[in-house]
Amino acid sequence: MSGFFEFCNWLCCLTTMNQEPHAHRRWLLVGLVLLSGTLALKAASADTQPVVFVPQWEPQAQFAGYYVAVEKGLYARYGLAVTVLRGGPDQPIGRLLQEGQADFATTFLTSALEKRSRDGLALVNIAQMVQRSSLLLVARKSSGICSPADLRGKTVSLWPDFAVQPKALFRKFGVEPRVLTQSATINLFLRGAVDAASGMWYNEYHMLINSGLEEKDLTIFFYDQFGLNFPEDGIYCLAPTLKQNPARCRRFVQASIAGWQYAFQHPEEALDIVMRQVTAANRPTNRVHQRWMLNRMKDIMQPPGAPPMGTLTEADYLRVARELKDVGQIDTIPAWNEFYENCALDIPTDQLGR
Amino acid sequence: MKTAPSTFRRTSLAVKLGFLVLAGTSLVFAAAFYYNHILSRRNILRNAETNARNLAGATVSRIEAVFNGVEKIPGYMALCMEQCVWTRADLIALIRNGVMANPDIFGSTMAFEPYAFDPQSRFFAPYCCRRGADIRQSWLGSDQYQYFYWDWYILPKELRRPVWSEPYFDEGGGKVIMTTYSVPFYRTINGQRQFQGIVTADIALDWLVKMVSSVSYLKTGYAFLISRNGVFVTHPDKSLIMRQSIFDMAEGTTNAPVRQVGLAMVRGATGFVRLESPFLGKTSWLYYAPLKSPGWSLGVLFPEDELFADAQRMGRNILLIGVVGFIGLFLIIVLISAVVTRPIRALARTTAEIARGNLDIKLPLVQSHDEVGELSYAFENMRVALKEYIAGLTEATAARERLESELKIARTIQMSFLPKHFPPFPEQAEFDLYARLEPAKQVGGDLYDFFLLDDQHLFFSIGDVSDKGVPAALFMAVTKTLMKGIAMQGGLDPAGVLEHVNKELCMENDSMMFVTVFCAMLNFRTGEMIYSNAGHNPPLIRRAGGRPEELPLPRGIILGTFAETRYTTASLTLHPGDTLVLYTDGVTEAMNPRQDLYSVERLRETVTAVSDQTPETIVDAIFRSVRAYAAGAPQSDDITVLVLHYHGAWYPGRDLNARPAD
Repeated sequence: MSGFFEFCNWLCCLTTMNQEPHAHRRWLLVGLVLLSGTLALKAASADTQPVVFVPQWEPQAQFAGYYVAVEKGLYARYGLAVTVLRGGPDQPIGRLLQEGQADFATTFLTSALEKRSRDGLALVNIAQMVQRSSLLLVARKSSGICSPADLRGKTVSLWPDFAVQPKALFRKFGVEPRVLTQSATINLFLRGAVDAASGMWYNEYHMLINSGLEEKDLTIFFYDQFGLNFPEDGIYCLAPTLKQNPARCRRFVQASIAGWQYAFQHPEEALDIVMRQVTAANRPTNRVHQRWMLNRMKDIMQPPGAPPMGTLTEADYLRVARELKDVGQIDTIPAWNEFYENCALDIPTDQLGR
Repeated sequence: MKTAPSTFRRTSLAVKLGFLVLAGTSLVFAAAFYYNHILSRRNILRNAETNARNLAGATVSRIEAVFNGVEKIPGYMALCMEQCVWTRADLIALIRNGVMANPDIFGSTMAFEPYAFDPQSRFFAPYCCRRGADIRQSWLGSDQYQYFYWDWYILPKELRRPVWSEPYFDEGGGKVIMTTYSVPFYRTINGQRQFQGIVTADIALDWLVKMVSSVSYLKTGYAFLISRNGVFVTHPDKSLIMRQSIFDMAEGTTNAPVRQVGLAMVRGATGFVRLESPFLGKTSWLYYAPLKSPGWSLGVLFPEDELFADAQRMGRNILLIGVVGFIGLFLIIVLISAVVTRPIRALARTTAEIARGNLDIKLPLVQSHDEVGELSYAFENMRVALKEYIAGLTEATAARERLESELKIARTIQMSFLPKHFPPFPEQAEFDLYARLEPAKQVGGDLYDFFLLDDQHLFFSIGDVSDKGVPAALFMAVTKTLMKGIAMQGGLDPAGVLEHVNKELCMENDSMMFVTVFCAMLNFRTGEMIYSNAGHNPPLIRRAGGRPEELPLPRGIILGTFAETRYTTASLTLHPGDTLVLYTDGVTEAMNPRQDLYSVERLRETVTAVSDQTPETIVDAIFRSVRAYAAGAPQSDDITVLVLHYHGAWYPGRDLNARPAD
């Protein structure tokens, strides 16, 4: 005990003596706390535990926090040896989780509910990362579209997987535009084959701008502006995974959150890490676009008034689930405490070392 | 002695001239240089634009030729599809032939709408493509690859016109960039033209990448191609290809003009613009022109410094030549000016010596017949003239000094004629007499005299010779001597004395000089006084207790004019206490600085103020007053005053020092 006090005194001396800018001091503290936490964790667990994680899409800044957590050794500090699989359409997370090829995955809240309902997958949300919908509807002002009501009689391209929100919006405004299936590109909209198109704020919207469209010529509908906010990326695992080793889930979530925080505080370093992943995967993208994406991730993960990272509010959950049930995407709404376990909260001491 | 200001010496004429000429030529040179610079820049730029346009034009035409050739095949096949119904085998043969017909075509398909070709089959899309020398046929379409939703299919379908796709990497994930030309085809069913499917032709773009990459301009200039979405299709920096758009580049470098150029390019415009850094890291010029068929744009970019490298080198050399030339010019001007101004400088040195008084110094000989020669010659003349003048002046000064010393002697002699011991007759208590002559600078002609004729007669006189100088002095000496000699002979009254003196003076008076004289004989025992006047100022008489009055004078003209002139004697009796004041016009005509005369009136006042004093005091008072009145104005004439105070007849026991009773 006396040794601990000595350590504290030394820490105080260090912090008071240190006349460097405040941020440095804070980082020193954070570093020390992390270090001590890691030491505690390492002392508690015999060795690091292997973990496999798969994001729901190809490498990009949408997953910057996880890549950063790997490269900066944050998972290791939490006693995890994390392998990140390359996600994408060929690597459906449902299959990977079910077959045990991955322990954790990210996916949209809607996708998770749909997979649970459709495939009977016992997906559990252990952390809600994105609080605000990035999905949007973009239209040309020259098509005369300034409000959702103007979509009447127009042609809109939608992704089949993300059609719930736009269709809810159409219902809300009583419009029935002609809907085309949107492909992987934005060329239908760029070439003028459709009047409006779906897009992610962090991705397609920026691609439109950097394909030669001017922001001033575009109308954007963000769904949260119309009471249709669907939280998106969350960290999921199968129910047994959580049950068998909740501590491991907490460590993964908390290290991931630390990764995100580090990425937001050191965006250029995070971009370096993302670009290494992107280049390795030979993705046709660039740093400028990934920078935009990282900035938007910050906007949608930490919007004004958002709960702490990892939190899924019951209100958000119910809104999404009811909307999905209403349009028949899911049959039943899973019980709130079965679906969600906030692993971002501190680890209870009695669970240490389990 | 004044010395020349030091600054004058420091910036010599040569340097000044050098700077002025240099400044002028520099200005002309700068103007010419600037004009040349601007003009050559403009020409270079115009040539560069022409070259870039030709280069881009040639490249674009070659690419367009290929694209146009490729467009014909699917166009023809689409037409075939609309004309008649084909069997499966014929259809595949048609596609195969299409691929074979154009070596640029890598693959081709004819993709039908669901169930449109075969009511049993949702997908129908036979695909033929090159595999080495062979052409292989396969089938497109599956649950994983629902071609209806792909750009190459849906875009021409929705737009109802042929479309070139955005470039893409081929399916094998290889390095070959491809693009697809898709043509929609229709069939008239029940009188309605219905969309049936899409005919495509894929072309590999490796030839295009090679062609554009081989374009170079100047040293590091290059060409690049962007797609309709602004994505780089070819670029020397391979990492940009298919990954980055020109708009990403603009955003990454926060360069708004680049975005504007990108917009113009994707809209199919042609232009020639100057851009700051992003492309080459330095200012560069970009010529861009559209590839009409796919809606792409070709840019030819080259750095400005390379464009103007020759012009800049030339400019630098011209500047160098200019600077060296100007330095040389400056030295030459200074040298020439130094040579030209050398005699002037020598002249300056010599004249400085002359100014110090050395007139014997030899002026430098200047052979040239220019202005400097003339100046030198004039200076030499001046020196000689000055020397002669100074020699003359020295001589004249010496002569004058000699003359002045002689005049001084003459003056001394003249003054020695005048009785100067006062009181003159201490044994005579009946009268008191004082006289003073204050000469002007030059030898003057005033005179006074008094002497006893016998034990009861005093002769006194005052006079003024008309002229000044030695002749006047001599004339005065003669007059005085004659007067005394004639008066001493006795038997003559004052008029008689004057007549005799006049006769003597007129005898040899070639110089036509004359003299005014007042003379009187006083019987100091009785106080009777007879007197006569020859044109002199009337003396003042102050009767005891009265005011000074002018003595009434008999008429008589000046001495020395007419030998036969007659003078009259007047008489009057002096009473004890009476005072006579004789004076010359040097008193009354003394002038103050304003040239006002002293006047008889003022003299009278002066005399009144001191009338009861001794003659010497009165004389002193008059001289003081005149001097005060003149206030420093130069004395132009002799001033002579003679004052006689009559005490009355002497008798034994009378106190000589007592004041006479009034």
